[in-house]
Amino acid sequence: MISAKNLNKTYKVGELTLTVIHDFSLDINEGEFISLIGPSGSGKSTVLNMLGCLDTPTSGSLIINGQDIAILNKTQQANFRGEHIGFIFQSFNLIPVLTVYENIEYPLIMIQNLPEHERKVRIEKLLHEVGMYEQKDKTPDKISGGQMQRVAIARALVTNPKIVFADEPTANLDSTTAHMIIELMKKIQKEHNTTFVFATHDEKIVSNVDRLITLVDGNIVEDIYTNNGVQQ
Amino acid sequence: MKNIFKIAYRNLLRNHRRTLLTASLITLGVVFVLVYTALSGSFKNYMIGQITDSSMGHIQIHKKGFVASVENLPLDKNLNAKALEYLEQFLNESQYIQSYSYRIKFGGMFSNFVSTTNIRLNAIDPDKEFATLPSLKDRLVNFNGILNKGEIIVPDIITKGMDVKIGDTVVLVANNKSGSVNGINLKVVGEVERISGPGGRDGYIHIEDAKKVLRMKGVEVSEIVIRLKDVNMLKDAMLELSPILKKLNQKEKLAFEIHSWEQLSPFYNIIKMLDIMNISIQIILISIVLISILNVMIMSVYERIKEIGTIAAMGTPPKTIVKLFLMEGLLLGILGAMLGAILSMLIVQGLDMMQITYSFGRESNLILEPILALKDVIIISVIVVAISLIASISPALKASRLDPVEALRTN
Repeated sequence: MISAKNLNKTYKVGELTLTVIHDFSLDINEGEFISLIGPSGSGKSTVLNMLGCLDTPTSGSLIINGQDIAILNKTQQANFRGEHIGFIFQSFNLIPVLTVYENIEYPLIMIQNLPEHERKVRIEKLLHEVGMYEQKDKTPDKISGGQMQRVAIARALVTNPKIVFADEPTANLDSTTAHMIIELMKKIQKEHNTTFVFATHDEKIVSNVDRLITLVDGNIVEDIYTNNGVQQ
Repeated sequence: MKNIFKIAYRNLLRNHRRTLLTASLITLGVVFVLVYTALSGSFKNYMIGQITDSSMGHIQIHKKGFVASVENLPLDKNLNAKALEYLEQFLNESQYIQSYSYRIKFGGMFSNFVSTTNIRLNAIDPDKEFATLPSLKDRLVNFNGILNKGEIIVPDIITKGMDVKIGDTVVLVANNKSGSVNGINLKVVGEVERISGPGGRDGYIHIEDAKKVLRMKGVEVSEIVIRLKDVNMLKDAMLELSPILKKLNQKEKLAFEIHSWEQLSPFYNIIKMLDIMNISIQIILISIVLISILNVMIMSVYERIKEIGTIAAMGTPPKTIVKLFLMEGLLLGILGAMLGAILSMLIVQGLDMMQITYSFGRESNLILEPILALKDVIIISVIVVAISLIASISPALKASRLDPVEALRTN
């Protein structure tokens, strides 16, 4: 599903060249529930951004669903993300002027351009799955943080992506809500066989994933399958 | 596009006070331009009407050199019978000319047996002159509508200055081409009000009386005054008559000159100034719209960087992001233009109903009749909307080029 080979990411800071990811290689299979962990500055978010086609590696090869990402231009990368990848953000990032329903509908209209009846079926199914059907006509400022993250999950899943990247998805939630959100994502992973890749510090997520990848200074120092998965 | 419209519309409502303020600024600019256009247009139309319909006609034809020495009223630069025969071919066959009138212009001494003064006169065929200048009668005071041989219409400056009354007998003395003096008695049958421009202070007598006092043997005419079917045909008519300009006389020199009212009337320069002012005000409006929209859209982009990063991360193509911001600018422009157009129409309607009077030169109690042409409303609205769109391009491109990773990091 995802094959990253010798990815490097360097930044120029004045005269200095800073390497934040060094020879990063990783294979991710379909339906995995993975977490990237590591201390702050270890490169979790950078790896997540590169794997999610938001950031371009300085060198190396990245193949997602058989597509070599390096040959895609900016618009093609955007289209690829719209078709294959979902994102869940720490601050939910819902569009404030749209209702819950419209936020979930957004990628189907603006990116996938699906007809209305098809959109309606998909959105209502997901609204029921994330338990937000009753709130569908409310705008984001009228719902709680946990509800916002449920909407964000529904929005990430509505395009039927094979992979969802989530950067600290529970960081802004209280413990109970965070637990419910993790359970929700796990349920969706099982039902839809969607691959989830997290970048997180949250123990609650870490204890629930199948595979745990530890990064230090841009290098993988540990890649293990947890009790939920199989020891590598 | 419906959804882009929906999101753009809601984004404008998100900061409704700012949207309202910007739209109001555009509205104010549109109102300013349209009301000014209506007012200046009213003044312009009135003055053009006055000049062309009561004094100068739309086009005049003279013997070459007449206009240059018109202040001297030269009698040696008249059109003779042969010239008129040539010119009539064009005048009678023209598709643009409604009517034309011959005039003999000359100067003389006017006396009421008490005092004497200089006078400038137009000697006319009354029927043709009134047909060519339909508003001339409006300038004639105490006139019964008929100018017969032996009668004179005197400029009001002379009737007032010399206490001349309607029905009085006066003497007109004039030198002919060769310098010999002759005089005739005439009866005053009307006064003529002054008007700006050449010939605006001239009196009127019958053309036969002019021939008599000037002892003209054959046919002689100082000028031919032409009225067109429509003043907007001026350029076409001038073009149609242009072969006349190339006609040579017996001495192989150019025989005739043709002038439009624009070339003869000093008021045309005022009209040009009004038009330049109109363009200047339009440029100010364009600047207002450009700066307002640019300002709002740049602020809009900076306020929504994270949101732009989110939709870009989700896979929204850059061109869709461009469309979203262009639509916002477009809607602001349309809102401002529409409100401005409606408000302008109401203001112009109100001004028209108020029957405001104004003075121009010595003319007073002129009624202001502002008319807002649909063409002007459409042109200004299209300019405003187009400028709104242009002003949104740069912020929209900036939004579309934002790096999603950098944008998502923004708080």
